[in-house]
Amino acid sequence: MSDQVLNVEKLYVDIPVSEGILHAVDGISLHVNRGETLCIVGESGCGKSLTSLAIMDLLPKKAVRKVNSLELCGESILECTEQEMSDIRGNRMGMIFQEPMTSLNPSFTVENQMVETLSRHRGVTGQEASNLAVQMLERVGIEPATQRLRQYPHQLSGGLRQRVMIAMTLLCNPELIIADEPTTALDVTIQAQILRLLRELQSDFKMGLMLITHDMGVVASVADRVAVMYAGQVVEEGPVLEIFDNPTHPYTRGLMRCIPIPGKIDRTKPLGTIPGMVPSLVGEFSRCRFDGRWESGASGSSVKTTSLAPLQGKNRSFSVDESPKHFVHFCCDDCLHKSGHQIGEDLAQ
Amino acid sequence: MLIYAIKRLGVAFLVALAVSLVTFTLLRLSGDPAAAMAGEGATQEDIEYVRTHYGFDQPIPVQYYNWLTNAVRGDLGISIYLKTPVADVIFSRAPTTMTLGLCALTFALILAIPLGVLAAMYPNTMLDRVALTTAVIGQALPSFFFGLILIIIFGVWLRWLPISGHASWLNFIMPSIALGYYATPAIMRLTRAGMMDVLSSDYIRTARAKGLRPRTVLFKHALRNAVIPVVSLSAVQLGFMLGGSIVIETIFSLNGLGSLAWQSIQRSDFEIMQGIVLSIASFYIILTFLADMLNAFLDPRIRVH
Ligand SMILES: Nc1ncnc2c1ncn2[C@@H]1O[C@H](COP(=O)(O)OP(=O)(O)OP(=O)(O)O)[C@@H](O)[C@H]1O
Ligand SMILES: [Mg+2]
Repeated sequence: MSDQVLNVEKLYVDIPVSEGILHAVDGISLHVNRGETLCIVGESGCGKSLTSLAIMDLLPKKAVRKVNSLELCGESILECTEQEMSDIRGNRMGMIFQEPMTSLNPSFTVENQMVETLSRHRGVTGQEASNLAVQMLERVGIEPATQRLRQYPHQLSGGLRQRVMIAMTLLCNPELIIADEPTTALDVTIQAQILRLLRELQSDFKMGLMLITHDMGVVASVADRVAVMYAGQVVEEGPVLEIFDNPTHPYTRGLMRCIPIPGKIDRTKPLGTIPGMVPSLVGEFSRCRFDGRWESGASGSSVKTTSLAPLQGKNRSFSVDESPKHFVHFCCDDCLHKSGHQIGEDLAQ
Repeated sequence: MLIYAIKRLGVAFLVALAVSLVTFTLLRLSGDPAAAMAGEGATQEDIEYVRTHYGFDQPIPVQYYNWLTNAVRGDLGISIYLKTPVADVIFSRAPTTMTLGLCALTFALILAIPLGVLAAMYPNTMLDRVALTTAVIGQALPSFFFGLILIIIFGVWLRWLPISGHASWLNFIMPSIALGYYATPAIMRLTRAGMMDVLSSDYIRTARAKGLRPRTVLFKHALRNAVIPVVSLSAVQLGFMLGGSIVIETIFSLNGLGSLAWQSIQRSDFEIMQGIVLSIASFYIILTFLADMLNAFLDPRIRVH
């Protein structure tokens, strides 16, 4: 399965807090194929950033990571020492962060910060490294690149800084890029430009892109596949068209109702919202994760039902309409019953 | 950068002018220089003679103007007690105090910055507490008391170091430690706080995400940004230390400006006191200016617009 750039199985991230243990990421499995964009969507606080930091092994000190398997291009990177991980980071997998304004070091020029990546991983220094940096800046649409190279981050706008971040991440031609809400801090026109750029570079460089967002509009425009996260778990996963055409989990449907799709907006009704709040992730769940978040009347027969086939060895996980790539997961039997779907065979457990 | 330097230089000049005006006025108001000069057994006529002869009868602004125009030419007047030019006395004493101040600051930085960095790297651990305690002892002990302890241990018991005079650099070790230790807690705390702040910043996360080695992340990306406020604080601390040198120089019998100040206060030697305040203030102003320049060099946001 070497066309999988990233494969994560059963990832848990626990953070000890004063009230107990916060299960921020609760048994997530994901994969990203070469040349593919996987979008991870979910509300604020559902564990998207911690998932990406856990993959990079950059979690805050107090966070505890447990994972069954973590593979980069088919090789396990679970047993890597810190030294080996740092050889991989910035080289074979890179990360772009949400905050372009603070993600670059204010004390060093763009050149300095780009060249140090090259010298760290490629041993390229001096004029040669500078030339490569210029080429990459031009590649991400920065003009005039030689002049920008000598500037400090505070002399660049947010959009430019994010382009610099992208260029810096691409320098060593990584197999995987994780972008954690790369456009959230930018204004709308710049957002669109940056997303287009990422999409373009991703197909040019044939890398895997894991794009984190809470914006279904972004998902619609760039994703190949989508993973919907809720309270530390992936509740639904599948190719973007299948998810948009046939959202199966009630939560995914809720998210869909929250996006205005041009041409499909019913102006007599307000834009949808999902009632309630994200549950606290501290301690074990005694009740359903979706308690209080079911839209009244959403359960039972009022929604389109889909046939679900239980997945082997995965509790309350089902494939949807016999699609090989579209999966849905329910946190409890209650949820499953409320969703009103038909189960193909007898309920496994 | 040049514009910034010129602005800072302008400010430094104004501060120097203000300091000289304030000290001049305060010293003139704090006693009668004519009486002090004429000596103890002097008659009223003698005092009046001295007053008119040296121009003490003129309004203070006029006296200040005369003093200032002379000072600019390097003439700080004649010492009332020593009967020698003030500038000569100060020039012979100043190097000792400047050396003491710089050594003390160096000691404080060498102790405080690594302690602060360590404490920030392992916050709320034993190491953090030990580092903080080490630094705080410096502030809890008055520097004269700490100086005496050093003298007893290293000078009297162990006989490793000379306890008085300024014959060699060995003489400067104990006074520098006694003076510099006092400044360590403030510098250490600021280093720790700055470092903790920087270590949790987004650009440090970026540096790690780029796969840089831990020492590059720590010393290049973190420390560089964390020391910027420490540089300004060091200049301020040096000011305190120059004030503290009065006590320390007296204890260690160093013939610097501090002990000269102490003697001159006892002798009501106005001209010398005036000169000392001015030269210590100038030294302090120059160092503050250098600190500003160093900061501008470290922080491009100050330098580049
Ligand atoms: N350092 C930390 N200490 C304690 N709790 C944390 C820490 N970092 C994250 N959390 C908690 O873990 C959960 C998941 O956080 P995470 O940052 O992954 O969310 P997110 O999905 O990225 O949200 P957002 O869309 O706001 O970025 C949240 O409930 C958050 O409060
Ligand atoms: Mg986040």
